[in-house]
Amino acid sequence: MNILRNRDELGAHLRFQEPGKAREMAATLARVTRSIGREPVSVMHVCGSHEQAIARYGLRAAFPRELDVIMGPGCPVCVTDVPEVDEAVLLAAQGVRVFTYGDMLRVPGSVKSLADAKAEGSTVDVVYGIGQAVQIARETREECVFFASGFETTAVATAAVILAGLPQNLSVLSAHKYIPPVMEIVAEMPQTRIEGFLAAGHAAAITGFGIFERFTERHKLPVVVAGFEPLDILAGLIRLVELIRERRAEVANMYPRCVTREGNRQAQEALWSVFRPIGGRWRGIAHVPNGNLRLRDQFAHVDARRRFQIDLHQLWDHAPANLTQNCICGDIMAGIASPTGCSLYGNRCDPDHPVGACMVSSEGTCRIWHQYGGHLDLGYGS
Amino acid sequence: MTTILGRDGTISLKHGAGGRAMRELIRDVFLQGEQALPEGTIGLDAMDDGAALRVGGEWLVMTTDSYVISPPFFPGGDIGGLAVSGTVNDLAMMGATQPLALTCAVIIEEGFSRSDLEQIQRSLHATCRKAGTAIVTGDTKVMRRGEIDGIVINTAGIALTKRVVTDRGLKPGDSIIVTGTMGDHGLAVMAYRNAMGLEGAFSSDAAPINALVRAALECAPEEIVALKDPTRGGLSSALHEMAEKSGVGIVIQEHDIPIRDAVRAASELLGIDPLHAANEGKAVIGVRPEAAERVLAVLRRTALGADAAIVGTCVSERPGYVVLDTGFGRRLLVEPEGELLPRIC
Amino acid sequence: MCLGVPGEVVSVDGNTATVDFFGVRRQVRLDIVDEPVKPGDYVMNHVGFAIRRIAPEEIGETIALYELLLRTAAEEDLMAADVRGEIGAMEGEHSA
Repeated sequence: MNILRNRDELGAHLRFQEPGKAREMAATLARVTRSIGREPVSVMHVCGSHEQAIARYGLRAAFPRELDVIMGPGCPVCVTDVPEVDEAVLLAAQGVRVFTYGDMLRVPGSVKSLADAKAEGSTVDVVYGIGQAVQIARETREECVFFASGFETTAVATAAVILAGLPQNLSVLSAHKYIPPVMEIVAEMPQTRIEGFLAAGHAAAITGFGIFERFTERHKLPVVVAGFEPLDILAGLIRLVELIRERRAEVANMYPRCVTREGNRQAQEALWSVFRPIGGRWRGIAHVPNGNLRLRDQFAHVDARRRFQIDLHQLWDHAPANLTQNCICGDIMAGIASPTGCSLYGNRCDPDHPVGACMVSSEGTCRIWHQYGGHLDLGYGS
Repeated sequence: MTTILGRDGTISLKHGAGGRAMRELIRDVFLQGEQALPEGTIGLDAMDDGAALRVGGEWLVMTTDSYVISPPFFPGGDIGGLAVSGTVNDLAMMGATQPLALTCAVIIEEGFSRSDLEQIQRSLHATCRKAGTAIVTGDTKVMRRGEIDGIVINTAGIALTKRVVTDRGLKPGDSIIVTGTMGDHGLAVMAYRNAMGLEGAFSSDAAPINALVRAALECAPEEIVALKDPTRGGLSSALHEMAEKSGVGIVIQEHDIPIRDAVRAASELLGIDPLHAANEGKAVIGVRPEAAERVLAVLRRTALGADAAIVGTCVSERPGYVVLDTGFGRRLLVEPEGELLPRIC
Repeated sequence: MCLGVPGEVVSVDGNTATVDFFGVRRQVRLDIVDEPVKPGDYVMNHVGFAIRRIAPEEIGETIALYELLLRTAAEEDLMAADVRGEIGAMEGEHSA
């Protein structure tokens, strides 16, 4: 084992993680931002993995004070709506074996989460991918459901497995979400301060960056596609702030090693042959036209919603008062409000009993404020 | 005081996960109505790795721990070795590195394989020999099928020591040493249990480290001021607890933390933090700065301490918090809550 | 949102590749990868699926892109009189 040598190798290969280069980029980002001559300059990323990377590396500390990098509705698990979780919980309660991604386990429904259902004796397995769900289903006679959450990148994997054929006892409960429509919603929010978007690199790897061209025209806002290593994020932000400074509402691709204009055609074909977009609520945000992905009719035989009777009222009759209408996560994610401005924050909504998306995620704004009274980032190391 | 229970008043898994929820449960339930103890006793209220009672001119250190792990055999170890290591290490974390004896109580599920049990028994004794101690009394119960998951082992241990080391002796300026690579046990068990299809050099680090701790204490008897084993909740939980109890902040340099390649890679793939993953053969040592290099050199000469490293410093700012310097910026280290789960986003 | 981890293809067997993620190997499905992959290529993995083949030379392209970005920004800065002071201020913050 040689730890240090391997770290260097990682950096040399694909990891774009050199701190020295990051400082140079951070200095450039500060200069470019300050050259705009006003503050704050507000940009939004719409990707939970961007927030994860920003938090993981303490990058927020490297952003200039004048730049407000707002965490948008980019966590597919956080924005999965209450009734979708309820459906999975009810299936588990009916004796169906439910497979889920780990992120989803503790996300609360109207009465309980899948973790609660498991504690009460239902069979709920955390899987790394749908491939693993297929494996387990093959080894059992139990009726199994894969609770499919995630954005288009993850939906593509679900589609590929459905196209390859599922075991007879496995069906899919789709809570997959599609990102481009929600960017429209955020861009159209009346009080929005967003001047540009950092688009999600791995979703764009599938859809291609061409998909954002009409968006930039319509909303007169620049979009930069960025990757997830520290240098990728800093480079993406520099380019985005440059475009804002030059008032150029364009798409820039700063993640060429993964993203092309056309995207991954093969993946798109799989995606759209299996799923169709429909409107639906995103937790704490809004009704998003075409924001949800549901199985097409020809895949009805593997659609858990059609294979099983899921009587949501059975659960809702016992549900506590609906708090979500008082939740201001949408405003927090749009950068209009802060957690302390929410009437639920800290009393009715806390990490153990989250109401809105921002309290669900470990990197959610409300969650972080609740745990630490502010941001995780503190400044540069000495 | 906030309530630690769920709204329906039940215990959930996170109350046993070694983090904040568990500490709150102990405070709010088990510490209620506790008896008065002789002056100077380190009791349950200290929530340390063990208790210490004055006996003549020495301290009698006691500890007990129950072990449940599914599956009972995992890469690099089994529940038997784990049960002995855990208790020996808890004693060592109080400064008591010569365990006098252990007890071992076993609860077995009806239908459990006899040859598995024999293997576990051999492992219990082999690990005792390594630690220089023995099991001197025990208890056996069998429960009906389905009433427990396979096997539960409880061990308790006692040891005498002249000087007790707690987990709360840190002062600003003190150095933080870890005695080896972080996250080995947690990732080995997770990769194996969840059939994630990961192939790599995973191996639990479960081992008694009393000899290693003894070597460190002998070379810096006054300067080692805090000890803790980073078991459930990993390095993050251990540091948070030490920082909170000592009333200091701790700043950790991420690049100095030794982590095996396989552990680092698996953590990235599964989206979990190796600093949240359990260790079963490591210690976090708080030491006065002037003795840090000396202790490090001694640790590195031991078989289990070859990867030891100085990873951080105590500061007066932000008492109770742990700051991680990633090389890109500084952030607060999050304390883990509940079981580690792979994630997709 | 989508945790992607790059790794190096070790071998390909039909629809599946064995990928080395710098310390851990795992089978990755190739159903939806954009181009055929061969040993030595890099792939971006998400939930057990390769979503993109990364040719080794594309890594160099990214590095070049970032260098260009920094250089262009620096050239523009040369025109601004107060830049050096600001850099000094930034560096002061770094070492604080």
